Amino acid sequence: MKANCWNGTEDLRVEEVPDPKILNPRDAIIKITSTAICGSDLHIYDGYIPSMMKGDILGHEFMGEVVEVGPAVNNLKVGDRVVNPFPIACGRCYFCASGQFSLCENSNPNAWMAEKLWGRSPAGLFGYSHMLGGYAGGQAEYARIPFADVGPIKVPQHLSDEQVLFLSDIFPTGYMAAENCNIQPGDTVAVWGCGPVGLFAIASAFLLGAERVIAIDRFEERLRMARENCRAETLNYESTDVLEALSEMTGGRGPDSCIDAVGLEGHAHGFFGLYDRIKQSLMLATDRPTSLREAIHACRNGGTVSVPGVYGGFLDKVPFGSIVNKALTIKSGQTHVQRYLRPLLDLIEQDKIDPSFVVTHHMPLARAPEGYAMFRDKQHECIKVVLKP
Amino acid sequence: MVAEFSHPSQARPGARAEFGPAHVYDEWDDQSQSPPSPAAGSPAARNLGILSLALGAGALLMPARLSRVSGLQPYRRLLPLVGLRELTAGIGLLSSSNPTPWLWSRVAGDAMDLAVILSSLLNPNNPRKTSAAVTAAVVAAITAIDTRESMRSSRAGDSIRQSAAPDALVSASVIVSKSPQECYDFWRNPLNMTRISPMVESVTVLDERTSRWLIRSPLGHRIEWDSKVTAEVPGERISWRSVDGGGLYHAGVIRFERATGDRGTLVNTSMHFRVPAGAAGLGLAKLLGANPRSEVREDLRRFKQLLEAGEIPTTRGQPSGRRSIVGRMTREGRLSRQGSR
Repeated sequence: MKANCWNGTEDLRVEEVPDPKILNPRDAIIKITSTAICGSDLHIYDGYIPSMMKGDILGHEFMGEVVEVGPAVNNLKVGDRVVNPFPIACGRCYFCASGQFSLCENSNPNAWMAEKLWGRSPAGLFGYSHMLGGYAGGQAEYARIPFADVGPIKVPQHLSDEQVLFLSDIFPTGYMAAENCNIQPGDTVAVWGCGPVGLFAIASAFLLGAERVIAIDRFEERLRMARENCRAETLNYESTDVLEALSEMTGGRGPDSCIDAVGLEGHAHGFFGLYDRIKQSLMLATDRPTSLREAIHACRNGGTVSVPGVYGGFLDKVPFGSIVNKALTIKSGQTHVQRYLRPLLDLIEQDKIDPSFVVTHHMPLARAPEGYAMFRDKQHECIKVVLKP
Repeated sequence: MVAEFSHPSQARPGARAEFGPAHVYDEWDDQSQSPPSPAAGSPAARNLGILSLALGAGALLMPARLSRVSGLQPYRRLLPLVGLRELTAGIGLLSSSNPTPWLWSRVAGDAMDLAVILSSLLNPNNPRKTSAAVTAAVVAAITAIDTRESMRSSRAGDSIRQSAAPDALVSASVIVSKSPQECYDFWRNPLNMTRISPMVESVTVLDERTSRWLIRSPLGHRIEWDSKVTAEVPGERISWRSVDGGGLYHAGVIRFERATGDRGTLVNTSMHFRVPAGAAGLGLAKLLGANPRSEVREDLRRFKQLLEAGEIPTTRGQPSGRRSIVGRMTREGRLSRQGSR
């Protein structure tokens, strides 16, 4: 089959690889009908995720049709149309039993690697480095899904791929980011980053009862989408002093919750922007936490900072004093996607949201490397690329 | 998971000495074994260190005089540098717990000195060639001593590394979302160990309490022994030890306790391994791999995965694109079936 393989920083190749096989009793194989490039894939593309190997198959947002099931999978049958969540979870350990699927203790064969870096290991993920399991990803024609009796959700035929595909990651990720804010009626939520996760966080914040959402980015097409598709007020940080504007817009109190949907490759102007770039390029820091600093600084006393953006390592100049003295709550984590599949699919079926609004580009799988470059460089107003095998 | 690993230098008094730490056999009590002290500097290394210091001081403080006496006048400007080098080596030899690299640094220094002395001898403008010849003889003798001591120290280092782990005491723990009885039942059947431990090649049950174990070490060495359950409390704990023969003394205990808040079972194991002196030259590291703690910890992890999830997660046999040459040599790189192009 064809698969999009990582060959090094900014070096992706669509290669001919063997078809996946059932390896464990709870596995299933699906034939992929749609797969997307995630913003977090760009961190791999740009070489910021450790423990990648040449030849690794990328991709963790995918859906398709079941073509084979292992002997222990009783809830799926050949021909079922399913969307697959990006974390791999056994469904039976302490964490899965409490709904924290992305912390599954039994799905990462390389847990020891993650334990070295982070102390404990989260769940294994599709196509996201050996430290997180080394599982082949879904930017391919077929994928093997471990614990297929727990992860994939069957989706009805009347919904298009684009409507349900993002249940695999970015819709639940934005939703969990908003849910982590513990939004109360009348709340104002600020969202840094209007990429797909930021957009779903905005939409979810409104769904969960926020009265105002203020969205921050520098690309006009993304801000437009935040305004027009998600009803947010917007700030362009290239032309506005964000901290001052947020203060003014909230009577000097600050947003009740702040969501950092940017992650480790944040951009900034001025001293800190330069400082982070230099430190990261000299490998003195692993991440550029520009937006995280701002979110912490801007948040109101006693508010919540929710971090769906991906950070990997050791962050520099994070204003912890502000967290302590303003009594902030910090919430983060890889998304417990399995927990959100059913309720969010219900929202889609009830027409409360149509996630396909984020899609700006369709491409064949063979052009995946081109899609990554376009998405990373925001060419052609690219916000979300869907690949068709 | 927590794990401890130490090299108890000696068994506690009163314990069965040939088997080592008593708590593996009895109860969890004393974990206070201390690792063996590192190799102390040998007398020869100390003497050579003092020689280095003396020479270094001389070359630094009175280079003119030393160069005249030694017949090295054409190179007197080099002498302070030689002095610095000697001082460094001297300090290293006297202060480091591992003298080997410093001894070899002396050999390298000797070679440099011999080269300088030789060119002094051949220098037609040198007025004191006889002195240079004597110096050459003295330095050659010192070189011989340095070389002999360096080689001796290197060999000693090797044997220290091998014998530093005559014992391995390994403990690890894991919480499993199953009852203590279910965990106990799994461990009470020795055949199950082949499912969670890749090192266990085969287990043969000989009788209710005895089984024969064939282990293949990470480096491919095979070792076989018989093991006997020495004590057991159903649902609580199992103790075992090796019986006569085989190339290994081994004993262990595994305990199953209710975890706090009914979160399943807290499983604790502690194992002791010792390779008897002269057992076919098989070092413990060769048998158990460089890090026996992680082997035991990973065995426990697989045990948990098998009991909870019903299978052990794997990527062995999944597809990948072409690996790099280096990647193909790693364990991870070998797990996948590569594409052709």
